[in-house]
Amino acid sequence: MTTVTVDRTTTVPRDGTPYRKRRAYRSQNGLMGWAFLIGAVLCFALFSWYPMIRGIIVSFQRTRRGVTTWVGWDNYERIVNDPSFWTAWKNTAYFTVLALILGYAVPFIVAIIFNEFRHARGYLRALVYLPVMLPPASALFLFKYYAYDPSEAGLFNAILKFLHLPTSQWMQSTTMTMPAMVIASTWMNMGGAVLIYLAALQNIPGSLYEAAELDGAGIFKRIRHVTIPQTKLILSLMLMLQIVATMQLFIEPLILANGAGSQDSATSVAYLIYQHGFFQNDLNGAAALGVIMLVVLGVFSAFYARLSVKQD
Amino acid sequence: MTAHDFGPRTLISHTQMTRGRGPLIYWTLLIVVLVLFTLAFIGPLYWMVTGALKSGQEIAQTPPTLFPQDPNPQNYVDAWNNLNLGKLLFNTFYYAIGALLFQLVLDTAAAYALSKLRPMLGNVVLGMMLATLMIPAMVLIVPQYLTAIDVPILHISLLDSPFAIWLPAVANAFNIFLLKRFFDSIPQDLMHAAIVDGAGPLRILWSVVLPISRPILGVVSIFAVTAVWKDFLWPKLVEPSPSTRTISVGIYAFSGGTPMNVVIAAAVIAAIPTVIFFLVFQRNIMAGLTTGGVKE
Repeated sequence: MTTVTVDRTTTVPRDGTPYRKRRAYRSQNGLMGWAFLIGAVLCFALFSWYPMIRGIIVSFQRTRRGVTTWVGWDNYERIVNDPSFWTAWKNTAYFTVLALILGYAVPFIVAIIFNEFRHARGYLRALVYLPVMLPPASALFLFKYYAYDPSEAGLFNAILKFLHLPTSQWMQSTTMTMPAMVIASTWMNMGGAVLIYLAALQNIPGSLYEAAELDGAGIFKRIRHVTIPQTKLILSLMLMLQIVATMQLFIEPLILANGAGSQDSATSVAYLIYQHGFFQNDLNGAAALGVIMLVVLGVFSAFYARLSVKQD
Repeated sequence: MTAHDFGPRTLISHTQMTRGRGPLIYWTLLIVVLVLFTLAFIGPLYWMVTGALKSGQEIAQTPPTLFPQDPNPQNYVDAWNNLNLGKLLFNTFYYAIGALLFQLVLDTAAAYALSKLRPMLGNVVLGMMLATLMIPAMVLIVPQYLTAIDVPILHISLLDSPFAIWLPAVANAFNIFLLKRFFDSIPQDLMHAAIVDGAGPLRILWSVVLPISRPILGVVSIFAVTAVWKDFLWPKLVEPSPSTRTISVGIYAFSGGTPMNVVIAAAVIAAIPTVIFFLVFQRNIMAGLTTGGVKE
């Protein structure tokens, strides 16, 4: 997924076809190639490439009563001055950090444990992957109505009470809103990460552990000096993917917190885009916020790429 | 536990696992993990299915009951009738199958062209496709919506049309990448033999490439169907009418004025097809994720 190497040798027939013939074959292939390619290319153009450019264009325009004018940075100013703007970024950043602690570390630990088991492997894999298959809306209604019920009839509160721990107001408490969303989100999404880590763990040569053990390394030292370095590429790729995914936090606040949650405690940047674009009839402002999000992620990726290059 | 049960050496050595207290620790940990994970991952689903069988009073009871006292499928019946779930399920199914067919035809053709026919600027196109993987969906949602309500050049609106879901589904760089990588691994000699026999590109795709690509086509199909079934925001925006909604969007739209248990019953019904799908294609899904996903 990171790099695409193009094998040029496969282009030219390897046998002794005369050059002229080969060329005719190629140019005929060129036309044919485009005939095969055109359908997908049109879809990409319509729904990916053109929207990319158009998003930037409309963020500098304003459409009112069917008349579109250029307005410079107006949309950006309006968005930044939205009282929820900074809250949304703060919430999104907080969610990202919590999701990194829970959603990033947990699947890796789970994968390490699963990888040691010699029994029930298929069952455990299927188990963690099952929620990934559920429609998120279904799973989130389950959390909203049954798990996060603030009374003691709720599943989580009943468990907490059974363990003699203090119960929580969950989504009705401004402090628990974010952790509750992270728990739901991790439950729904961790299966994919666990399976990918498991595949990476299976590629670690056993001899490395053998050697580390001979050098007297205990379990944790072996994890630190063998497991983690050997899966570094996947770990850093998944980190990047997860940050991009958590930045788009949307359906969790929409369903669990009816969008904004109590006192804006659930508002995310993605939700703000949705709200401006499709509730306040401010598609231009929403496009501007989209561009801001892209820039933030771009800066972040560049920074991250530099950091990982330096480390190597 | 016999010796042949062991796979390759992992973090903990065979000897450590089989000597002294090794087996005891191993089995205790295995059982604890099995119980905990079953509770954590099947438990909520059990709670959901049985909760919807409870009455309104029973669900508000403290402490909650483990088994419904008087199981009553009325909530499921209400959900099915009041939310018009049959129609919503049909819509979602229709979008998913259509998206699958569009992707199988157009994305396979594109990947084949990029891998084997290699037309001019093919690599540029591939690069531009892969670049879209770096752009978060949320950034594009507004301009994509603008495209859907007024398609450039044609000036038609795709709102409430299945094409609003089918066409964007084709713009799936990940699936094209998976397919192309698989096609790349097909030996050129095989292709060449077909060319010598006088087969054209379409014939080669149909008779040589596709038959050996069944595993990857399966993986891509599964991804295509589940993506549509799970998607929420895009169908919410482009299929706004009650008659064209997907099931997730329909449940969300009704959730405000519907009793809690009925919403959960509807959520269970919406999840059943995906669970069945998962149980049937479990092996392919797992294989697809590990071989097709990210590989070092």
